[in-house]
Order: sequence, then structure tokens, then C-alpha cells
Amino acid sequence: MNDSLLSLVTFIPALAAAILAIFLRGEEAAAQRNAKWVAMVATVITFLVSLAILFEFDPSNTGFQFVEEREWLMGLKYKLGVDGISVLFVMLTTFMMPLVIAASWNVTHRVKEYMIAFLLLETLMLGVFMALDLVLFYLFFEAGLIPMFLIIGIWGGKDRIYASFKFFLYTFLGSVLMLVAMVAMFAEAGTTDIPMLMNHEFASESFSVLGIHIVGGMQTIMFLAFFASFAVKMPMWPVHTWLPDAHVQAPTAGSVVLAAILLKMGGYGFLRFSLPMFPVGSAVLTDFILWLSVIAVVYTSLVALVQEDMKKLIAYSSVAHMGYVTMGIFAANQQGIDGAIFQMLSHGFISGALFLCVGVIYDRMHTREIDAYGGLVNRMPAYALIFMFFTMANVGLPGTSGFVGEFLTIMGVFQVNTWIALFAASGVIFSAGYALWLYRRVVFGDLIKESLRTISDMTPRERWIFAPLVAMTLILGVYPPLITDIIGPSVEALIHNYETALAQSPIGDAAMASH
Amino acid sequence: MIQADLNIILPEILLACYAMVALIGAVYTSKDKIAGKLVWATAVIFVIVAAWIGLSGEGERAAFDGMFNDDGFARFAKVTILLSAAAVLIMGQDYMSRRGMLRFEYPVLVTLSVVGMMVMVSAGDLMALYMGLELQSLSLYVIASMRRDSAKSAEAGMKYFVLGALSSGLLLYGSSLVYGFAGTTGFAGIIEAAGDGHVSLGLLFGLTFIACGLAFKVSAVPFHMWTPDVYQGAPTPITAFFATAPKVAAMALFARVLHDAFGGVVGDWQQIIALLSVLSMFLGAVAAIGQTDIKRLMAYSSIAHMGYALMGLAAGTAFGVQALLIYMAIYVTMNIGTFAFILSMEKDGQPVTDIRSLNMYSRTNSGKAMAMLILLFSLAGVPPLVGFFGKFYVLRAAYDAGLAWLAVLGVIASVIGAFYYLRIVYYMYFGEEGDALDNGKSPVLYGLLMGSAAIMLIGVVNLFGIEGIAQAAAATLVK
Repeated sequence: MNDSLLSLVTFIPALAAAILAIFLRGEEAAAQRNAKWVAMVATVITFLVSLAILFEFDPSNTGFQFVEEREWLMGLKYKLGVDGISVLFVMLTTFMMPLVIAASWNVTHRVKEYMIAFLLLETLMLGVFMALDLVLFYLFFEAGLIPMFLIIGIWGGKDRIYASFKFFLYTFLGSVLMLVAMVAMFAEAGTTDIPMLMNHEFASESFSVLGIHIVGGMQTIMFLAFFASFAVKMPMWPVHTWLPDAHVQAPTAGSVVLAAILLKMGGYGFLRFSLPMFPVGSAVLTDFILWLSVIAVVYTSLVALVQEDMKKLIAYSSVAHMGYVTMGIFAANQQGIDGAIFQMLSHGFISGALFLCVGVIYDRMHTREIDAYGGLVNRMPAYALIFMFFTMANVGLPGTSGFVGEFLTIMGVFQVNTWIALFAASGVIFSAGYALWLYRRVVFGDLIKESLRTISDMTPRERWIFAPLVAMTLILGVYPPLITDIIGPSVEALIHNYETALAQSPIGDAAMASH
Repeated sequence: MIQADLNIILPEILLACYAMVALIGAVYTSKDKIAGKLVWATAVIFVIVAAWIGLSGEGERAAFDGMFNDDGFARFAKVTILLSAAAVLIMGQDYMSRRGMLRFEYPVLVTLSVVGMMVMVSAGDLMALYMGLELQSLSLYVIASMRRDSAKSAEAGMKYFVLGALSSGLLLYGSSLVYGFAGTTGFAGIIEAAGDGHVSLGLLFGLTFIACGLAFKVSAVPFHMWTPDVYQGAPTPITAFFATAPKVAAMALFARVLHDAFGGVVGDWQQIIALLSVLSMFLGAVAAIGQTDIKRLMAYSSIAHMGYALMGLAAGTAFGVQALLIYMAIYVTMNIGTFAFILSMEKDGQPVTDIRSLNMYSRTNSGKAMAMLILLFSLAGVPPLVGFFGKFYVLRAAYDAGLAWLAVLGVIASVIGAFYYLRIVYYMYFGEEGDALDNGKSPVLYGLLMGSAAIMLIGVVNLFGIEGIAQAAAATLVK
């Protein structure tokens, strides 16, 4: 059982998708209901089984656990495993998916295909976080584009076609460069096994190509190739422009998955590949990435201020929050990386919840224009409360999980570069600005819009969807060790390896000393 | 001695005899009326011969003083050619007979061209090479203009013939130069003359001309001009044939000439092939964007795919040849499925090739749309579909051979190329409601489409074991 637990968790949703594809016929109400229930049961079972991973996981062991390995093609391997860094992302995925399915209960358009797409997406996302083979990782990472492309394109809003193409081609271009780097790593190290690659030292002697002096040599080049992929996925400024489009056009559930899970793949990739495999490349480019991150924090926060579309506003706020993540990761110290992982997980709950909040009123009014709302508190008190809670969490109010992540990352980066920390801290203020202003315009004031007079408060189903998210946000806010205890040892090992590798390389040593 | 030689080329002899018997038999009996049965019989014979070659063949044998080789490489290519030709034959049977296009010459000509292809991939001498190539080409010229009453089809055949003759001329001229400077037409002799890493200028000229002639046959840029017109003009089942078996044969022949005859001077032809590869990938990707005719689009798609296959060849290593073989096998499988889909595109019984007519196809035919979706993403090289592994093999081969720049350009072209495959997905899934196409009922087409999509999906497990076979095949070519 323990040998194939991860495969089991990964492929339960795919199995359910196959069952839907093969056995479910028709578009009538009964078939639609069955599709929803199959998806719901499958995601809940996946979550329950994945709890076994969490309970049996041993945080003090910094290696990979539940490892399973099979021969594949070309000397590649089908190898899965989790460590302290990835296990919580697996949990985040299995936790969010039942909520996503529940939030899609009102879908009436091609329900079968919809559920198949989401179930396949879950399998692929889980695979990304568990894969311990480069090519297997790439396979899951890229394959996720297909269902997401269809989700945006079929069930999306007015400009869904533009958004879906932009989403697909943007991310595809980013990741094919990573593929070439993977081929290069395969050629140089002779293996695609991730744990072995982490111990492999890739050449870092500087050289010149076409008159350009490349500090850190191959490592820097390969780092940049991976960076192209993860930076787009994160997304980092200035390659973030696909995200607002994709978010605005995607259906509510699609936005939730995108914000809560898919964006985390970029950060996870940095932690799994960039830092441990290309330490010298990372060190050489640390300043560059820190500045990009802080630009993202400040710039996209300002952009968020002027948005007229709620989803777009939250999308920009996501980019800003992801800025804290990259900042924390490349601060490369315990607080920074702990904070980055914490921020990713908490952002998963909070941004997911915010998109669900937009979904609640979108379902009723079919518009996301901020101007179309106002005074909702009069008719929707429960909604106002929940929206308030997540707005505060998004701002980073102490007591919510949003605070812990931002605080830790800023603290981490402060030790590396005080200026960055200063600007990043200003982002916290901006985020309070746009989030509270959004809240005021939508919820407070008098209810003067004629169309809002009959709007109804949240249904029990909607309330129940929010309950687990509220609980997680609060629990993690007041008791962060729940997460840091699990990730701590693995992060410590990661930093230790990173610093040892840098100390052995003259370039890395110099880069370290400059901080 | 001659007995042993004949034994080696027995499959080719039998197929040639079958073609003649079928021709005479049909002429003296009911002519076109038995064409349908003849198509099925030919397909069955192809499958039997493929099984025979695939299962019984072993080791390396040469006939007629090395003019004709029977080795793992040839067998791999032959099995691929025969199976794909069989699939294409049965695929077009219904389509052609309903339009009165099904003549008994069709299966006969296909058989002859397949014999030509089998000779090509086994050639061990420039003479054998040319004979095989011309037998194949002449049959194809006629098949392209099968539909005598259609101006387009005649135009396609004419263009194909004129340009094909030009390329044959280039090839022959190159062969004569090689003969002049190497003193022999046998590959074994040529590789000795060009073996020590040094190649005389005349031999280099010969090599270049031969490469140009062969590039025409695989429709690599800049020798691709005929492809879109021929693909569009020829009746769809014949386009499907053009896109599959002859491409495998020409690509295998390319690999054989370059490795068997010029394997000692890889550095001299590597740049040529790499350039052909880059140009094909980019032109195929960019030019397809504006196409609305799905057959024309598939022509550019096949040009791009040839670019990727050439990337494996450009590597100049055994792994490169292995990658090439795997790529071609995958390419052929994808194309059979895709053309089965195109053949089933009909409206009121009339064939349609405009991709805009696929508007909301997934509404009316969700199963077929889903299969086509899988094939399109596989063609685009998106994992986890098998098309991705084809690309991964050639990328790895190119990188290992020191052609990292080629690999980078290749993946960039694949992103551009993804756009037009996505466009078809867009019409099928995202479009507005339009007039629906007919609900195709042909079980053959349905089976081929579904089968090919299933292979693309399930192949991710182990590529059905062709990796090892291709590796052994490549090892016999590159020593």
C-alpha cells in the first residue's frame, strides 16, 4: 500500500475522468448530476487518501518519502516521492479540488467534459508536485496546459479565445526552453533522477559566447532556461500579462485552480530545481530576481488600484503576492524560504476564496464590474462578512495566514538587501489600499443600484464551500508551526546544500560575499 | 548463389508479381468493379508481408554484391511503410468508391510504389537507390492525377511530375559525380573513398546534389514547393498516402545514403541537414498559420515534421537514427488518424476541407472531436502524448551531437506550430454554433481515428516497445 500510495492519489481523479468519458452518456439532467457526483466523490476520496500521506509523513526525514520507481523509456524513470517541500502542495491540491467541484455545481454547459477536464487537471497537478524525474515532471507540468486551455476556452467569458491562446502559447514558450535545458542536464549528468541531479555539480566555469561573458557558465544558462518557464508560470513581472487575461476569462472554478494551485508550480519549480541544481547560477542572478520581485510587488499593486474588473484586480494582487514568494525564495535563508512556501500555501486559500467571492456575485448578476455593485452589505450580510475576512487576509492582517507569509519573506530578504525589504514593505500598504477600496466600493455604501434590490445572500452550499477556507486561513494565521514544522527540516537541508555548493565555487563564493 | 540473393528480395518479388497478376486479372475480368475487393486484398497482403518481414527477418544479409541490404534498419522502415500503406488503402476505399474514383489501377499502383519504397530503404548502391526511387515516384505521379476529370488533381500530378523529374535529375547528376570521383556506385566503395574524414571537392558536390534530390522527396525546405499544391489537389485518400509511406521511405533512404555511403564525413553533410531542418521547421510552422484548408495545413504540418525528423538525422549518430525512426513511426501513426478524420469530414455527402466548417464539431461528434483533439496536441508535441516523445528523442539526439542551437530553434518553432493546431481545436470546441457536418458512419475511419488517438495516449507507458527495436535498427546502420 505504502509503495504505491502516491500513484494511487495521483491517478484516482484520472480514473474517475476515464469512467466519465467512457460510461457517461447524454446531456440530460440526470447525466449532468451523475457527472458532478462522480467528480465530487473522486476528489473527496483523493483528499481522504492523501491524508494518509500527511499522517505518515516524517518531517524530520529530509529525504524523499513514499518513493516509488519504475523503469520507463530511454533510461528515464517513472519515479514519485514527496519531501517536506512538496508534501504540502500535494495536500493543498487535494484539499482545494473538492471545493472547486462544489463551486461548479451550477455549471450547465457541457458538464461531462467540464468535470473530465478538472479531474485530469488534478491528476496532472499532483504529478507535478510528486515527480522525481525531470522528464516526468515536464510531462505533468506541460500536460496541465491542455485541460486549462480547454477550461478557459470552452467555459470562459467573452474574450475567452484570446485569453486561452495567450495562456497556452505564453506558458508553452516558457517551458520548451526548460525542456532543452533538461536535455542538456540529461546529457551532462547522464540521469534524469531528481535526487541524483541535486547532488550533481553542473559546470559553473564562466565562458564567453559571441563576445558575451557569461558568469557562472552552463549553470547560469540552464538557470535562465528554467527561469523562463517558472517565471512565466509564477508569474513574475514583466511576463505576467497572460494571468489577468486568463483569470478574467476563466470560469470561477478555473480561476480558483489557477490562483490556488497552478501558480504555485513556478515557486515549487524554483525550490525543486533552480536553487538545488544550479546554486551558482542562482547566486549570480539573485539580485536581478529580487529586483524583479519587488518591482512586481509595487508595480502590480499600483496597477491593481485602477482596475475596474474585480477579477482583474485580484489577479494583479496575485502577481504582487507572488512577488513576495520569489523574493523569499531567492533570499535563500530559512525565514525567506519558509515564508515563501507559507505564502504560497496561504495565498492558495486566500486567493482561491477571493475568486470564489467574486463567483458568488457573478453568478447572481453576471458582471464583474466593480461599478455595478455597491451596498451589498444591506442584502448579503453573510457574504459581506466572508468577503471582509478574506480581504483582510489578503491585506496580511495579523491573525490570518496572509500576515505570516509576508512577514517571514520580508524578514528573510531584509538580511540580504534592506532596500528590497523596504520597497516590499511598501507593497503591504498598497495592498491594503486596493483591497479595502475594492471592499468599500462593492460592499459598503447605500444600495442604490436598481438591479441589486433583489440579490439574495449566500446559499448553504456556498457557505459550506467557504467554511474550510476560513478555518485554514485562521488556523495557519494563529499557529504557523503547523506548516513550518513540516517544511522546516527540508528547507534547512536545502539551504545547507545550497551554501555548501556556493562555498565550493569561486564565483558562488563571490556572489555570496556581495550580499 | 543467385538463389540466396533472390531469397533475400523474395518479399519484393512477390509483391511485384502480385501487382502484375492483379493488373492483368482485373483487366481481363470486371475491371473497376473488383477494385474494392482488390484494395482489401492488397491491404491484407501488405499486413501479411509486414508481419513476415518483421517477425522472420534476422541479422544482416546483402544480395547482389551489396546492391540490396536486408538489415534491421531496412526491416523497421519496411514494416512501417507496409502497415501505413495498408491503413491508408482501406481508409480511402469507401470515400473513393462513393465518388466513382476507385479504379483497379489504384491498389496496383500503390503496390508498385510500395515495392519501390522497399527497394529504396534497402538500397546499397546508387543504382538500386535510383531504381527504387523512380519506381516509387512514377507510381505516385500517376496516383496524384488519378482523378482525370478534375483539373486540380491533374494540376497536382503535373506539378509533382515536373518538379519530381527535376529532383531526380539533380539526384542523378549527383550520383554521376560521386561515381566519377569515387569510382564506384556501391555504398561500400563510396564510404572507403570518403572514409578518412577527407572528401574531395567533386565528391562533395555529388553529395550535395544527392542531398538536394532527397530533400525534395522528403519535402524539406527549400525543396518543398510542390507539397501544399499536391496535397490539396490530390483526392484526400491519396494525400493521406503521400503524407505517410513515401515520407518514411524517403527519410530512411536519406539516412541510409548519408550513413552507409558518407558515414565517414559526417561533418561535411551535418550543416546541410541542420539547415534543411531549421528551414523546414520554421517555414512549416509559420506558413501553416494562414491556411484555412485542412489538407494544405497538413502539408505544411508535414513539412515541419520532416524538419524535426531531419534534426535526428543531422545528429549523425546512431541515437540520431534511432530518434529518426521513432519519429517517423510516430508521425505516420498520427497522420493516419488525422487523415481518417479529414476523410470523414463531409457535408451532405460532399467532402469538406475548410477548417471553419468544423465549427462546434465537438457538439455533434464528441467522441471523434476528442480523438482529434488528442491527435492535434500530439502533432503539436505537447506531453503526455506520444508526439512529445518523438520531439524529445530528436532534441536529445541533436543536443548530444553538439547541435544545441538546433534544439533551441526546434522548440521555438514548435511553439509557433502549436498555434495552428490549437486553431483547429478552437473551431471544434470554442466556436459559435454553425451548420454541423455530417455524422460520418464509416466504421473503418472511426476505428483508425480512435485507434491512432488511443496509441497517442497509451503509448506514454512504453511507446509499445519500439524504442528497443529502433535502437537495434539504428545500430545496424551506424557502426
